[in-house]
Amino acid sequence: MGPIGRHLDRPDRDWDLAEDCAQDAFAAALVTWQRDGIPNRPGAWLTTTARHRAIDRLRRDTAGRTKLRELAMLAREPQESSVQEIPDERLRLIFTCCHPALPFEARVALTLRTLAGLSTAEIAKAFLTAEPTMAQRLVRAKRKIAEAGIPYRVPPAELLGQRLGAVLAVLYLIFNEGYDEQDSRRALTAEAIYLAGVLARLMPTEPEPRGLLALMLLHEARRATRTDDGELVPLELQDRSRWDQALITEGVAVLDEALALRRPGPYQLQAAIAACHATAPDTATTDWPQIAALYAELARLAPSAVVELNRAVAVAMSDGIPAGLALVDELAAAGRLDGYHLLPATRADLLRRAGRVAEARLAYEQALDLAPTEAERRYLTRRLREL
Amino acid sequence: MKYVLLICDDESASPSNEELDADPVHQAWEADLERRGAKVFGARLRPVVDATTVQVRNGETLVSDGPFAETKDFVGGFVVLDCADLDEAIAIAAGHPYARWGGIEVRPVWE
Repeated sequence: MGPIGRHLDRPDRDWDLAEDCAQDAFAAALVTWQRDGIPNRPGAWLTTTARHRAIDRLRRDTAGRTKLRELAMLAREPQESSVQEIPDERLRLIFTCCHPALPFEARVALTLRTLAGLSTAEIAKAFLTAEPTMAQRLVRAKRKIAEAGIPYRVPPAELLGQRLGAVLAVLYLIFNEGYDEQDSRRALTAEAIYLAGVLARLMPTEPEPRGLLALMLLHEARRATRTDDGELVPLELQDRSRWDQALITEGVAVLDEALALRRPGPYQLQAAIAACHATAPDTATTDWPQIAALYAELARLAPSAVVELNRAVAVAMSDGIPAGLALVDELAAAGRLDGYHLLPATRADLLRRAGRVAEARLAYEQALDLAPTEAERRYLTRRLREL
Repeated sequence: MKYVLLICDDESASPSNEELDADPVHQAWEADLERRGAKVFGARLRPVVDATTVQVRNGETLVSDGPFAETKDFVGGFVVLDCADLDEAIAIAAGHPYARWGGIEVRPVWE
């Protein structure tokens, strides 16, 4: 290892870390230098880049032992020294890693490797892939960045909306990959929250990164109550006293910052819906008309049959079961959700509440046939039994 | 960086050269290329019914009619570009009229 590795070895005393970070700095240099030419003092550039990645990595490891709320706050706080020397560095990296010309899974892997500082082995483990396969995926992606001329920059204004959407999609996928799991991939949600916090801080005038961060914090707050002994627990039966109030408070505060920018977007709307649930004492006092209105706005901004299905539930809770059932039946007739287990599951739930037992039974059986996870099958089985 | 845009469609639209020249979208695309100074060379290709594929196997030259790959979409033209990066090539590709019903494949030139 050359002078850059030795240099780094002193401040953080972690040889593997220094080596990893130096490698990343070289990879970053490759693309930047190809575009902008070699800087006057390449050694200094590399050392700065590598060191701030090392700081990121150490911060992440430390934060992993503390509360996620602190992690999110830490990421949003202004930072000192080395980061300021190359202020746009991480932002450029995020946009380069999440460029739509790269395969989606490569974007996810590159983001975790380059921005979250996960090792190739850690990423491979998180995505249940063999390490050499993951290493090759990363190599190919880095090669494409260089060979296809993917620019190393924050996109100009006319592209920003679209490209920022691609970045947020990668971070939300990382979050969801960890969210549905019990233990082994759990760390992915923490990485996603950390990265969303970094992005929110780096783009203070963009509301959607904050919307996404708020959404993640509010989901995370309810995580512990989502399943009980491997069985899915629906929202209305979750023990709300076990929801993490500190995370909810932080999530709502972050959402307020986003909403103050007065440019609503899909993530802010989803976070607002999550906030309605998270701050309600129980199902009966939940502000269902507000949730129905938020889903309607979300369906307008980001049309999707799944969003319409969620709106139908909110309408059922605010305007009565028949109104909600009518919307669900419309969706079923349109055929856009064929094969999606939550369509019959939602219908079954509404029919049960309406006392239409025979129809509910049929719908639960359809849902059971389609349910993808064991937790959901166990929940549906119990509902069916209790009819 | 140099790129080749492969302009593809299923040949069902098949506008004549005169119709393409008169298409305001095509005119705007040509003007955009001119303004960027990015075009090195480009040409429209005749339809795949006029294509011939040549292969040499075991020293024998095999000539067959039609395109190399039997696909739904075919290359109907190409443009060699010299521009800043992939994003600029994407922006140019997005302006081509065929992008609206077919697709434009952006390939970096192996230099």
